[in-house]
Amino acid sequence: MTSTKKDPVLVMLQMTGAYDALNTFVPYGDPHYQDYRDVLRLSAEDVHAVDDYVGFNPGMGPLKELYDQGKVAVMQGIGYPNPIRSHFRSLDIWHTAEPDKMVTDGWLGKAIRDIDPNKENILTAVNFGRGLPRALAAPGVSVASVGDLASYGVLTGIDGEEERMDALDIFGRMYSPMIGSGAVNDYLSQTGLDALKGADILKTAPDMYTSGIEYGGSPFAQWLKNIAQVHTAGFGTRVLYTGVNPGTFDTHANQHITLPKLWGDVTTAIGDFYQDLVEHNANEEVVMVVFTEFGRRVKENGSGTDHGSGGVAFVIGDAVKGGLYGEYPSLEPDKLDEGDLRWNNDFRSTYATLLEDWMGLDSQPILNGNFEKFDFIK
Amino acid sequence: MADNDIALMAHLMRRAGFGAQYDEIVERAEKGYEATVEELLNPTDDNHGMDLDLNERSFLEWNHFIRCVPEYIMWRMINSRNQLEEKMVLFWHGILCTADSKTQSYVTSQAELDMLRANGMGNFRELLIEISKDPAMIYFLDNCLSHKDNINENYGRELLELFSMGVGMDGQFNYTEDDVKECARAFTGWTIGNNIPGQPYGRYASQFVYNPSDHDEGMKTFLGETGNFNGEDVIDIIVKQPATARFISRHMYSYFVADEGGVPSWMETPPRDMATIKMLEDVYFNSVYDIKAMLRALFNSDAFKEARFQRIKGPIESIVGTIRLVGDWTTPRPGFEVIFDEMKHMGQEILNPPSVEGWHTGKEWIDGGTLVRRINFTADYVGDLTQPGVQDLVRKLQAEGPVLSPDNLVDGCLRLLGCYELETETREMLIKHAEKTGDLPTGNREFPGQVAQMLQMIVATKEYLYA
Repeated sequence: MTSTKKDPVLVMLQMTGAYDALNTFVPYGDPHYQDYRDVLRLSAEDVHAVDDYVGFNPGMGPLKELYDQGKVAVMQGIGYPNPIRSHFRSLDIWHTAEPDKMVTDGWLGKAIRDIDPNKENILTAVNFGRGLPRALAAPGVSVASVGDLASYGVLTGIDGEEERMDALDIFGRMYSPMIGSGAVNDYLSQTGLDALKGADILKTAPDMYTSGIEYGGSPFAQWLKNIAQVHTAGFGTRVLYTGVNPGTFDTHANQHITLPKLWGDVTTAIGDFYQDLVEHNANEEVVMVVFTEFGRRVKENGSGTDHGSGGVAFVIGDAVKGGLYGEYPSLEPDKLDEGDLRWNNDFRSTYATLLEDWMGLDSQPILNGNFEKFDFIK
Repeated sequence: MADNDIALMAHLMRRAGFGAQYDEIVERAEKGYEATVEELLNPTDDNHGMDLDLNERSFLEWNHFIRCVPEYIMWRMINSRNQLEEKMVLFWHGILCTADSKTQSYVTSQAELDMLRANGMGNFRELLIEISKDPAMIYFLDNCLSHKDNINENYGRELLELFSMGVGMDGQFNYTEDDVKECARAFTGWTIGNNIPGQPYGRYASQFVYNPSDHDEGMKTFLGETGNFNGEDVIDIIVKQPATARFISRHMYSYFVADEGGVPSWMETPPRDMATIKMLEDVYFNSVYDIKAMLRALFNSDAFKEARFQRIKGPIESIVGTIRLVGDWTTPRPGFEVIFDEMKHMGQEILNPPSVEGWHTGKEWIDGGTLVRRINFTADYVGDLTQPGVQDLVRKLQAEGPVLSPDNLVDGCLRLLGCYELETETREMLIKHAEKTGDLPTGNREFPGQVAQMLQMIVATKEYLYA
């Protein structure tokens, strides 16, 4: 466990669309890289070099800064068995931690149940974005799912503040489990009441918050700001989840322009978020994870890359022992897996480390197996 | 017209369609229940206001990615006169699943849904043959990668597990792993042509191709029968299994009558209404697999008529039902993207079921996020006094007299929304709420707003989550 006195908090940042690992964490010093990437090639002058072999994408300056402070663990060659190239199914695997069969429970949903078995805090987990990711879904687990914190709430379309308060008062009573009967009724009642109560508490967060940080205008930056607001409000939220909108990283062309731009937006927001936490003395208890569903083909298709496997993820925070983990997958032509980087570290090892060494949970029942842990938590 | 006849018709239209406005319900009730069932079972020629190609040309904004296919499917659900036909497309789309996240070809998905529309109330044997030849399906479940010397079992397995028989029934397995392999062998050579990669131009429409040189001509033993079976032969064996009758009957029951548990539980958990399932199974065999005959028997059964508000509405039912109720989107215009996004956020994106298992229904539609979205979406619409359906509803209440008592307001709104029923306590809370303003003069300027707010309260209830 950590030396942090405050409860550990996990912030998951999902980069939907599958970013190209090779041009995200760039093996610019590898001669094969230069061969494969005629158009998209990044050289020593372009990247934020970590050493004479790899470096961060030119757009990732803010993340490199955190890396230089020893706060970023780079999970190289991360992947899952039998890679498939469907965005949906692949995300599903990351969400359920189950590569072999379709299941419905999310790994974080199960973690939330372990963190708060008696459901004492309806805000143990909060999602920001459109729709609840499956990672957070599990029977009996209520997760507040917020599109926009400023306007979040039940029956927001009722005209007049007094009328709306009246309506919400009735709503709270109508959703009593005493009205109606049966297990489904109990579930619907609980979900409705949790949503109402959660919204009531959550909407106080922006008013309690002041900050010198100006976040960017993208939904992702604004959701990170919302996460800072909720975290610093002290609601006891332990798992926070957001990401870029679906398809954001799903580019197949002109990636020499789009990828640095996307990473610029994303890592600036992450840097701002970290500074915001520092400003509020709320940085030590937060660990962030940046991940995507899979990587891209090693060989470019002209000006872009198509779906491949073998990715890279980042774990960020004061509690993180910065550095490189896993191995950079070999670019030797005969070591590729049908033209893809060969993954060499199971994503569930990263999950196991986060669950056990950071969140203090038993990872076996959550991941349905024992996975070798990394040593990236201080 | 007796109130119960109207309430029964509202029930039928919610289940066999996506709901209807009050006038249509009354009109159909006057024609008669069985006559309406027949009308729903026998769709007329109708272009639903506008054909797809006209849609595309007129409303460029609808060009979601390559074509406006998802929007067009929603459009038909909203505007088609043949409501059951569209409801059956959604039914089969949720069972014989393909997902655009993998197929990435709206043209091919569109062809599939047209096929489901053409066969959705036809013969189940034909439907299984058509889905086995469906290019989206062949690509989605990798049958194009299944070769006579190297079978891919994906389609063979799902055909048995999810499309026809189910894993087991009454605690027994319905088939073995060998049956899966033999089934897959029978479908070798069922492939697609024109399978052009999705990038960079977008995938072209593919066609079914039967390649005899890649078909396994060997003897196969499938469910106890032996022969040099091809795909059709295997389907002939599948459709005569009691398990198939049970599986389809349970799906129909769950979709039209009352929520059954999830499909994976069906092997161990018996149906909640065995008598009705038995009745459907008998019709299935007596009619030689005629889906329409099963639907007719179902809608005319007491079990169906009595099962009011026993199913939790799915997101698409909620959204389409709300739009039909308020009378929006009867003519195309820009901005439909918002509606399309809404179903995604409520947990049911058309053409993108989460897996080959389809959507998880019943209470699994509801979580904290989707519940808030559903309530707010519906409340925003029914509270919008510019919508023709809402204006009409206000006018109907005004026509009841110069003054409405609070309980008349609540009951009037419930009736005009489609004869909804509330628990006694809920109804009393709403009446008490309305009593704050006392009797309501219907000619007052505030009256429409008061109606709108009552509608918003009603659609926020637990009871309204059900159909």
